[in-house]
Amino acid sequence: MRPTAEDDPTPTVVVLSGGLSHERDVSLRSGRRVSLALRSRGVEVVESDVDSGLVDLLGSLPDAVVFPVLHGEAREDGAQREGLARLGVPFVGSIGSACRVAFDKSIATTVVAESGIVTPSQVALPHEVFRELGAKSLMAALADQIGFPMMVKPSRSGSALGASKVCLPEELPSAMVGAYAYGQVAVIEQFIAGTEVTVTVADRGPGAATLPAVEIRPESGVYDYTARYTAGATRFLCPAEIAADVAQACASVARTVHDVLGLRDISRTDLIVDTEGRPVFLEANVAPGMTETSAVPLAIEAAGWSLGKMCTDLVRVAARRGGRVAVDPVP
Amino acid sequence: MRHPWGVTDRVPADRRLAGGATEAGSGRLRRRDTRLDSYVGSYAARTHGMTASAIRSLFAVANRPEVVSLAGGMPNISDLPLDVVAASLRDLVTIDGQRAMQYGPGQGEPVMREAICEVMKLEEISAHPDDVTVTVGSQQGLDLVTRLFCDPGDVVLCEAPSYVGALGVFRAYQCEVSHVAMDTHGLDPTALSAALSSLEQAGKRVKFLYTIPNFQNPAGVSQTLQRRAEILEVARRADLLVVEDNPYGLLGFDDDPLPAIRSLDGERVVYLGSFSKTFAPGFRVGWVLAPHAVRDKLVLAQESATLCPPTFSQFAVSSYLQNHDWRGQIKVFREMYRERRDAMLSGLAEHMPAGTSWTVPGGGFFVWVTLPPGLDSHAMLPRAVTARVAYVPGTAFYADGFGSRHMRLSYCFPTPERIIEGTRRLGEVLQYEAGVLQTFGTDVEADTVRGDRLYEAPGANQR
Repeated sequence: MRPTAEDDPTPTVVVLSGGLSHERDVSLRSGRRVSLALRSRGVEVVESDVDSGLVDLLGSLPDAVVFPVLHGEAREDGAQREGLARLGVPFVGSIGSACRVAFDKSIATTVVAESGIVTPSQVALPHEVFRELGAKSLMAALADQIGFPMMVKPSRSGSALGASKVCLPEELPSAMVGAYAYGQVAVIEQFIAGTEVTVTVADRGPGAATLPAVEIRPESGVYDYTARYTAGATRFLCPAEIAADVAQACASVARTVHDVLGLRDISRTDLIVDTEGRPVFLEANVAPGMTETSAVPLAIEAAGWSLGKMCTDLVRVAARRGGRVAVDPVP
Repeated sequence: MRHPWGVTDRVPADRRLAGGATEAGSGRLRRRDTRLDSYVGSYAARTHGMTASAIRSLFAVANRPEVVSLAGGMPNISDLPLDVVAASLRDLVTIDGQRAMQYGPGQGEPVMREAICEVMKLEEISAHPDDVTVTVGSQQGLDLVTRLFCDPGDVVLCEAPSYVGALGVFRAYQCEVSHVAMDTHGLDPTALSAALSSLEQAGKRVKFLYTIPNFQNPAGVSQTLQRRAEILEVARRADLLVVEDNPYGLLGFDDDPLPAIRSLDGERVVYLGSFSKTFAPGFRVGWVLAPHAVRDKLVLAQESATLCPPTFSQFAVSSYLQNHDWRGQIKVFREMYRERRDAMLSGLAEHMPAGTSWTVPGGGFFVWVTLPPGLDSHAMLPRAVTARVAYVPGTAFYADGFGSRHMRLSYCFPTPERIIEGTRRLGEVLQYEAGVLQTFGTDVEADTVRGDRLYEAPGANQR
């Protein structure tokens, strides 16, 4: 029988967290939890921020595998992973080019929609377009086409930062300004009412598999930053309280998203199950949150594994794959 | 059924296979229903505001060296003679270690309280060491005073804006904060009178006025001596207690320290003092000077809270004061902060867009900036962090959600060059934000009142 990754010794792991993005704090929390989980399995872990000392650190640990737990722009967008690939360092997770596509909500939505998955109708615009075309008339046109309520969010950001639900035309300008505070491009999309679920796809070696869907019910009604990172502020149900066929459909969508975006090792797809029971794609996460209040660890536990076991398996898979320079797939 | 670890196992009979029957889900999965906090129904009402905040999390980025942080309020202690402090600590342990590392009196060590009275003389306070209670920084002093005086719903009057850490204390004791306007000479006595009348008419119970007379945090303004007397007069007429918080009084750049409000009235004023800015914050030594009846209760409250304030720290601070020219050291600090204040003012003059104004502090750590109409410091902070500069949005300093047109800039910690670079980056951020605002027009909610959210300021250990 062919030996599996599970038979390999686990290398030293450099857990990368922090960085300079708006989600630095979340990333540090995720990093701490992943480090603890790996150590609980006896794995040697070095925790590191992203700074000028990183290359030297990696040089001093030639057999180490990097576990990036970086959230937010300039990190989750794949730039870091691109660098790791060029350095020949094996790492857990998707390659840089896939991250770039997945992290940009408007690009990811377009790619996912092309595969036949239901997505909200959406427009992505830089602020300059509003200036050039006249904000008032453009906002009126958006209101016509997309309708209220709508969601306004930065195209490249996470943790619901800069995102707001807009119910009335007069709320739109503030929401736009709020989204542009986090980035150059804002996404304006139809608000989908329904059940909020998130599905993790993980590949521990034998191939990608979906984990039980986690249903998210924020007490405030809005899954914003406070609801995400205040313990007690959100109710999680895992598996989600949805019919079996709907759950199956959600799993299938998450799996398709993982594949069409070319994601690797682990990803999380956020969905809304609309009032007709259809899963609607919201976004994909290449570096899903691993904090004490994040959904992925819940899904892992619901699947009957421990976070430590899952992380260790992902590390072994990455070690097996090695640090060959990743070649971007030709489109 | 409630699980001890916050898990409720509920498996609806008709949906036993629901929710992602996959690789691991081929068997029956028990549904976990959790809020990830087993104690969610058990917290006190005062705990409810203690939530995660996106704005507060941005200060984690501000601590990175790439960012010029004009956000923190960390004293700059790089000029402290560490060799002198080290020698004095070594002697302390060698000679007096048995006492210095033992429990001490709840009121604080007599030697410390005597030294505190010497320090207060610089602001013309004449006090007896028996009236001093040593606390864990003046922050704990404020906590104890509020604990003694305030029931839930009682009103505390504060300047508009006021110190975010004080607002946090008042909120923890479920006080209502009512802000009173300031002008260039600090708290406005006429506004204070008006606030007292309207609160009385509303049937509210006002427990005390909390004021920072010198180089106010965050506004940077100071009360003139005449102003102090006027405020006291209003307080006397209304039979109002004044809590005077004075961490920066000895850090004036131009003149000798003004007499403290406490020096004008020993019965109506509770005075809070601190060594955090005149020596070093790590010892956590502050104090409360209070009328005897209040003092007795403070000591009992201190014993409940800590048994005794940190003995070792008190001996360390006392020995520093005895063995070092601490007055000369304060002069060194003042010059260092003056240089930084000047850098801040020249940077602002060069880089702020038209329509921006700011206070000119004569001491202390902070400049208070007022933005052109429509700009919102709270909404803009992520853009500033992207541009590698940080500040504290004005909203942190109001209990009622106002303040979005203001920001607090601190000049205490970065070098003068970094301060100027910070103002340059901030200027660009403001220009860009003004452009966005122009695009979206006046419909953008300007100077909006945000929800009742506190704690949106950096932690004490953040630059």
